[in-house]
Amino acid sequence: MIVQIGEIPIHIRTDNPGFQEMLNKRYRNFITPSNPAAITLSVELLAEANTQDLDLAVSGNKDLWTIQRGDFFSTYNPTLRQGNVRQTANPWSIDALIRIIHSLELARNRGFLLHAASAIVNKRAFIFTGASGAGKTTISRLAPKSASLLTDEISCIRREGEVFRAWGTPFAGELATPGDNVSAPIAALYFLRHAPENRIAELSPAEALRRIMKNILFFAEDPELVQLVFSTAAEFLERTPVFRLEFKPDASIWDLIS
Amino acid sequence: MTFPLRAPNLASRVLHGEAIVMNPADSGLFSLNETATAIWLAADGQTPLRTIVESHICPDYEVAFEQALADAEELARDLAQHAILLLLPEPRPNPCP
Repeated sequence: MIVQIGEIPIHIRTDNPGFQEMLNKRYRNFITPSNPAAITLSVELLAEANTQDLDLAVSGNKDLWTIQRGDFFSTYNPTLRQGNVRQTANPWSIDALIRIIHSLELARNRGFLLHAASAIVNKRAFIFTGASGAGKTTISRLAPKSASLLTDEISCIRREGEVFRAWGTPFAGELATPGDNVSAPIAALYFLRHAPENRIAELSPAEALRRIMKNILFFAEDPELVQLVFSTAAEFLERTPVFRLEFKPDASIWDLIS
Repeated sequence: MTFPLRAPNLASRVLHGEAIVMNPADSGLFSLNETATAIWLAADGQTPLRTIVESHICPDYEVAFEQALADAEELARDLAQHAILLLLPEPRPNPCP
């Protein structure tokens, strides 16, 4: 099966029908037909979980990345676009690995993953970033019925020519449902905060850059890739209106936004 | 005499006159105000700090040279402590003679 997020296809190879079925369900909106350009990720399923409680570690270079956490071990060659993973038959390990591979690939393709909800209204994408509890799921639930919800947790942002677009992702937060597999040019970015009243204020690009770097998902410590992500984020903020958005949990907030 | 030089391998961007500098080694972020940005941008390792103050700070800000230099020296030491500025005792050799 090929899972394609933000135009980055990953061919997940497994010979376990039960695991395949689980992935089909989890990534149902993002499965595409064969694509010879896809990254190949071979899954070796283990019978028993590793009991070591290891934090995520991403190390390596342009030729080979090693990505490991207590529940999985993976290597990935970005030049050959091939990788493998050893894990038990659970969705969380492969989900984490897909995010990491995407963050590495997006960095080289003028994009990044952002801790943010996003939705398309009237063919324009609106991004809402914030830490856990800031209101990403809440504002997603309040979106107009006509909106396409891209994600309530992790947004995929990528430059296409002179325009930055947001893509849907299957990476869900409390909504526990994959986003729509569509994209649109980004109209605005909001830094979210719950408040008793709705209030919106413009943020300077410098302030926005300071804040957004804390919310970008990037796991590798490769200085060259970190510089690329930083540059892409700065270019994004130079082209995008950015606001601080304090909101109370009712649908009127969407009148203020769109 | 001190010759400030922007540390190599940093990511930086000037947005609306303010530099944001990131050290990719540890993802540490630094925000520089307008005067600090002016010094940072002029820190080529060949221009003495006092010349930077004379030509980039004093003309744009109503401040006495001695005070501006003292502030700039303190700032330069602070940036050097965070490894985003190098303070050279001699000018860096010109790479393009």
